[in-house]
Amino acid sequence: MDTMSLLMQGFSVALTPESIMFAVIGAILGTLIGALPGLGPANGVAILIPLAFSLGLSPTSSLILLTSVYAGAMYGGRISSILLNIPGDEPAMMTCLDGYPMALKGKAAEALAISAIASFIGSFIATIGLVILAPILAKFALRFGPSEYFALFALAFATLGGITGKNQFKTLMAAAIGLMIATVGIDISTGVQRYTFNTLELFEGVDFIIAIVGLFAISELLFFLERHAGDGLKQVAINKLKLSPKDIVKVLPASFRGAVLGFIAGVLPGAGASLGSFISYTLEKRTSDKGEFGKGDPRGVAAPEAGNNGAASGALVPMLTLGVPGSGTTAVLLAMLISLNISPGPMLFQQNADLVWGVIAAMFVGNLVLLLLNIPMVGIFVKLLSIPPKYLMPIVTLIASVGIYSVSHSALDLYFMVGFGVAGYIFRKVDIPLVPIILGMLLGPEMEKSLRHALVLSDGDWGVLLNSGLSIGLWVVAILGLILPIIVGPIVRAKMARSKDAAKEA
Amino acid sequence: MLNNMSLKSVLISGAAALTIAGQAYAYEPARSAECIAPANPGGGWDFTCRSVGKVLVDQKYIKGNVQTVNMSGAGGGVAFAHTVSKRAKDDALIVAASTATTTRLAQGQFPGMNSGQVKWVGTLGADYGVIAVGKDSKYTSLTQIMDALKQDTSAVKFAGGSASGGWDHLKVLIAAQKSNVSNLPKIRYLAYSGGSEALVQVVGGHVDAFTGDISEVKGFMESGDLRVLAVMSEQRLPAPFNTIPTAMEQGIDAVAPNWRGFYVPGKASGDSYNWWVKTIDELYSTQEWKDIMAKNGLMPFHKTGAEFTQFVKNQTLDIQLLSKDIGLIK
Repeated sequence: MDTMSLLMQGFSVALTPESIMFAVIGAILGTLIGALPGLGPANGVAILIPLAFSLGLSPTSSLILLTSVYAGAMYGGRISSILLNIPGDEPAMMTCLDGYPMALKGKAAEALAISAIASFIGSFIATIGLVILAPILAKFALRFGPSEYFALFALAFATLGGITGKNQFKTLMAAAIGLMIATVGIDISTGVQRYTFNTLELFEGVDFIIAIVGLFAISELLFFLERHAGDGLKQVAINKLKLSPKDIVKVLPASFRGAVLGFIAGVLPGAGASLGSFISYTLEKRTSDKGEFGKGDPRGVAAPEAGNNGAASGALVPMLTLGVPGSGTTAVLLAMLISLNISPGPMLFQQNADLVWGVIAAMFVGNLVLLLLNIPMVGIFVKLLSIPPKYLMPIVTLIASVGIYSVSHSALDLYFMVGFGVAGYIFRKVDIPLVPIILGMLLGPEMEKSLRHALVLSDGDWGVLLNSGLSIGLWVVAILGLILPIIVGPIVRAKMARSKDAAKEA
Repeated sequence: MLNNMSLKSVLISGAAALTIAGQAYAYEPARSAECIAPANPGGGWDFTCRSVGKVLVDQKYIKGNVQTVNMSGAGGGVAFAHTVSKRAKDDALIVAASTATTTRLAQGQFPGMNSGQVKWVGTLGADYGVIAVGKDSKYTSLTQIMDALKQDTSAVKFAGGSASGGWDHLKVLIAAQKSNVSNLPKIRYLAYSGGSEALVQVVGGHVDAFTGDISEVKGFMESGDLRVLAVMSEQRLPAPFNTIPTAMEQGIDAVAPNWRGFYVPGKASGDSYNWWVKTIDELYSTQEWKDIMAKNGLMPFHKTGAEFTQFVKNQTLDIQLLSKDIGLIK
């Protein structure tokens, strides 16, 4: 009941004209970014962070804008999957399997509409899940001391492989790079400067917003330059929408199942949206009557879409309540929260109740906006796909640079941004994932601090790290999180690849 | 940096250009002014600049506008270096400062710079230091904590929101020094990235005591989760904080104001400096400023001109000595 009144209070924040405006802008930009092949939600949010800073938005407005972008990008990812058989990002891959065959059969409009409805159901159910689960998790807040935090961060690093890991070794290397960058600046536990070489600008360390914008946005620009991608994508014709209520009812069970599975996958740290859409699809295929999966079955579009949108909202649960991101995009959102002087984690729900509930309420509003936008306006988004990147990318770069400069008025920050951009380009070329770098930068200092604090409190006794049931439990999950992806990961990935190949042949 | 500067004066305000032109003539109150907040938007310095800037314009001290420029880095060091090296003669520039500024100057954390390189204008209030414990703690007074430390310096562990050697850490050391606790470097201090983070650890029973500012403890004090043992001010603070005893009442002669104020460039003209001092004096007594203080939990603390310059000098020296005692600097 308490939760309900807080949520209502949240709606009073989310329904102000300002909040609705940012939700709409975020939804449109997000859908557009998600629809462009290659630009996923993490890039979208990274590109728009500096914009939020340079406009001087309040923390609540910034978060509403960026969570709408996040949700919008998850919606948008399906557009290119269905029309072009090119997933906008990894989670949208499963949507290709039945979405593209539907488009080939001349049912592109139906596929887009069904996926929009399924996305809505996925996000909606998962947001309800967030409302129920988050306060319960947040109740543990006060039980987290230094040793529990240390175990929690160990868990976050242990599950890194699950988020991005094709190659565990490269993931490890990326995390190490992030940790190394994080050591620059004052060490708060001793007050000593590390690796600053008496350069004043380095005394507070390297700003992770600059790193994020460089790694994600600027490196994307370099990729575009390399591809000489001067032309937009070919214009795709869309048929007139003919969707009966019966068709919608037919995909509802698949959507609901997908939403719940996706949410669970999202909440587990490290599992993320790809797993959400994958298990939703495979389960649907297995449980359904014969059907025509892989040949353009509407349920094959609905299940993975509900799954990946459910997972996107689910991933916000560990991010908001524990300060541990469950996906790449939530890692980027976490960085932004910290930059706004808001510490995510167990106390967020007590100390920034207005903000949290405002954002959760805004997610409901944003989803509704997305549904309303996506059914009638899908044609416009499809047209936007054909804007040549040579016009799009300079705008992206401009927004990023102006944003970075306006935060600190330091030209050095711009050099750093470009430096990170070049580094990001190289890392991506050699398949070193970027998200662990950001996580290393974000969580490394916290982990170091927690370990030191735990040892100070115990007067140097390492046994303190296992001093409570909570920390032992976290260590167990961490160990499972480390081992399971190594065993299960390749199996799942192989299956994903196989079902994709099967779809191609079909 | 020079490019950066000229770009800024062109881009940000044509008004600033007017000011620079105005400097060629005899001094008159600047039409427009610039206030540097040496941190990102949202922090204490940013608040100081924006709120004072607003009152300066509302009360017609400045006819044009007061532009707040955020210049973060090195805990104020980047802005300090900028003021000393690039803006030394600018009459229309003020820079927000606080006890964090003097702490870093004292500990040599702005390499090659010292408090004599700028002119200190005045303060507009302060946030006083507090020592607090969780509601289930066995300690009910600051004296008890200090007695425990005298027995065993690691008996009580403190959590605060500044880095080791920073202001929150120094507050504990000041109180301990005034209570004749020996072996100050052995006192255990846990540095957190912010006061609220430290506070949660104390309320959760993981760390014994909290050291921070009065503005940080209000929420947990009202909810009854936190027992504030002492406020480090000369007199009791106004309600609702008037139930908290001062450290002095408990026989510990420790005062720790985290003041909010300004400095101007070192070679700013004497006339302009006097004008700023007089203006800050007047501004402090306006109703508008009193309302801002009340709304934001700022406590009375007002020193300007020569008195403030002397205060900064003394505070810097005190911090320097204390930092040497604990082995933070040589």
